Amino acid sequence: MPKKECVAMILAGGQGSRLSVLTKRVAKPAVPFGGKYRIIDFALSNCTNSGIDTVGVLTQYQPLALNAYIGIGSSWDLDRRSGGVSILPPFVRARGGEWYKGTANAVYQNIDFIETYKPEYVLILSGDHIYKMDYAKMLDFHKEHQASATIGVIEVPWDEASRFGIMNVDEDHLITAFEEKPPKPKSNLASMGIYIFNWPLLRDYLLDDENDSDSSNDFGKDVIPRMLSNGEPMVAYPFQGYWKDVGTLDSLWEANMDLLGDDPGLDLNDRRWRVYSVNPTQPPQFLAHSAEVHNSLINEGCIVYGQVERSVLFPGVRIGINSTILDSVIMPNVHIAENVTIRKAIIGNDTIISDGAVIGEATPSEQLTVVGEELIIPAHSKITGIYDGEAVT
Amino acid sequence: MSEVMGVINLAEPMDNMQYLTEHRPLGAVPFGGRYRLVDFTLSNMINAGIQNVGIFVQDRYRALMDHLGSGKDWGLDRLRDGLFILPPDGHHHSLNPGDIELLHRHLDYFEKSRQDTVVMTGTSMICNLDFKEVLAYHKEKDAEITIVYKTGVPGPYEGLCTLLDLTSDQRVTGIEVDPVIPRSRNLSMQMYIMDKGLLMELLDQSVSRGETDWVKDCLNRNLGQLRVFGYPFKGYLGKIASLQSYYRTTMELLHPTISRELFFHAGLIYTKVKNEPPTKYHESANVKTSLIANGCVVEGTVENSVLFRGVKVGKGAHVKNSVLMQRSIIGENCQFEHVILDKDVLVSSGKHLMGAPEYPLVIRKKTVLS
Repeated sequence: MPKKECVAMILAGGQGSRLSVLTKRVAKPAVPFGGKYRIIDFALSNCTNSGIDTVGVLTQYQPLALNAYIGIGSSWDLDRRSGGVSILPPFVRARGGEWYKGTANAVYQNIDFIETYKPEYVLILSGDHIYKMDYAKMLDFHKEHQASATIGVIEVPWDEASRFGIMNVDEDHLITAFEEKPPKPKSNLASMGIYIFNWPLLRDYLLDDENDSDSSNDFGKDVIPRMLSNGEPMVAYPFQGYWKDVGTLDSLWEANMDLLGDDPGLDLNDRRWRVYSVNPTQPPQFLAHSAEVHNSLINEGCIVYGQVERSVLFPGVRIGINSTILDSVIMPNVHIAENVTIRKAIIGNDTIISDGAVIGEATPSEQLTVVGEELIIPAHSKITGIYDGEAVT
Repeated sequence: MSEVMGVINLAEPMDNMQYLTEHRPLGAVPFGGRYRLVDFTLSNMINAGIQNVGIFVQDRYRALMDHLGSGKDWGLDRLRDGLFILPPDGHHHSLNPGDIELLHRHLDYFEKSRQDTVVMTGTSMICNLDFKEVLAYHKEKDAEITIVYKTGVPGPYEGLCTLLDLTSDQRVTGIEVDPVIPRSRNLSMQMYIMDKGLLMELLDQSVSRGETDWVKDCLNRNLGQLRVFGYPFKGYLGKIASLQSYYRTTMELLHPTISRELFFHAGLIYTKVKNEPPTKYHESANVKTSLIANGCVVEGTVENSVLFRGVKVGKGAHVKNSVLMQRSIIGENCQFEHVILDKDVLVSSGKHLMGAPEYPLVIRKKTVLS
């Protein structure tokens, strides 16, 4: 195999249990986002746009949809003669096998894969963040600072800093301390879960970490603190721009809403930094004479007869006459009949909502309603909260 | 239908398409918000299981090659068979090369293909048709050549039609090409099914007799000797023979029953994949009865129109009964009615452009109206 300077490893095995009914059948990185994408499209597109053509995707929980989606990587231009995308599930070796125990263990179990390319650097990414980032710039930063490891950080509001892994840094970006969810943060630079390591060094640390029976085999909890305490030069790469961890239903809804408005935080229309995805074969969207659509994102294959405000519609969604969709995310192939009202909700894919149903709180409120996938919601039912097919009132 | 190969003949008349065919063959003319005309016949072939398609091109075919690429988006990037683009070989054997000569130059393509039956079409007939049914009919009639036809010419008669005379048993007894006064109501859809060996033999005969035109010369002369049948197509047909019929057919897509049939009936219509984001409607957007592709940003009013991928409509603009092709940018407060913008047209704020329903105004590709 030809040598590669940098190999990316995307951690995509997480169950994402906080996404509740949306991750019953798929892993978190495969959850639909933004009217067209799946969450992992952002990391994969960033790799391609940054010139990284060798990517391992570490899967574990419910990998079927994710594997089928990624395929041979052609949608992200990652079907390469050398390198390209490889799906890396845990597997059984001559001496047995085991599930990925933690993020560091997942990479440890794939040391052979990385060694194939003899890289100088390894880029560790998480498959569940929404952002556009040029990893090549981060790699340059890493080289300039002659660091052993570089951690991507973003400034978060001070009052939220105690929810993140916080980096304390000096004026040269050198990390002096790392605190996981500190009650009294000394800095507001949060780790984005993006790491560049010098590969030979990381390999040694992974081998040590594996031999340590007290370790939880996690980058944030074990490997990085150990490197820091050993005095390895580690720097924080400050990222400016939109970044969102969509680990909860509320944050997933918010990230979708962030795409709307006249000047959205995340610009999907930037031709220089395309976000790639698998494109379904659908005709153009049709907005009928009765349609009223404002401040929304709508994909091909949708047929809209009703009213849509501040909402995101995935491909193949149908909205009947006199139905009103407000502040909502409607996933692929959802069919909404007539006289339906949906307010501040996420509707899972392939669900059918019959005439006159009312989904979501009746008045504008903070409470998000989530309806699972492939359900049939009877006519005139009223649903709030998280719904996955139990008896409807 | 793995025993059938597809042939798409792009040497088609296109004198009446104004600027739309200035840089491209008819088959590469953008249509329906995200397609090119060739996508329809090509998808019909794919959906019937045809996996070997030869596309015969005459000139100005770069746009078509860009569009088709390796054939991947139609599932035609195969180890065996797949997509073949067959350009002229550079030797002009006659002053007026017709389609027979174009086909005859690539006899070896027919020869080396392992299929025994040929489906041959042009690209001007827009429909969602099941070739499997046509093939079954061809076998049932024990026909040597089957021609797909539709009773009744869509739209007003424009003279550019091939019409069939048929017996009650659907046997084709006569063919008229572009008559001024139509004497038949059976419009040939210029789709033929026949044995590959027969086609090769007919091509060879015709070329050796100095004939040039597949329909006028070759088919017409052989009608008496061969069992030629018509297959009556009952579905929706859009026929693109002129700017007027292009515009009219495009506007017909705004009827949901027509677009549903055209885009879904026997299978999906495939086209080149572009990674456009979903279309964004701003607060000020007002869109009615329109087909809109991905990647558009709409701030103004759009009515009875078709927007291709990546079109931007500025605030206060009013676009009515118009067709805006890829990446056109419409400035604020523009007013358009009966306008066709070719690709990459930029219209700055406040412009008023107006055509007539039976004569749309066409703006040439990459025009800047500043």
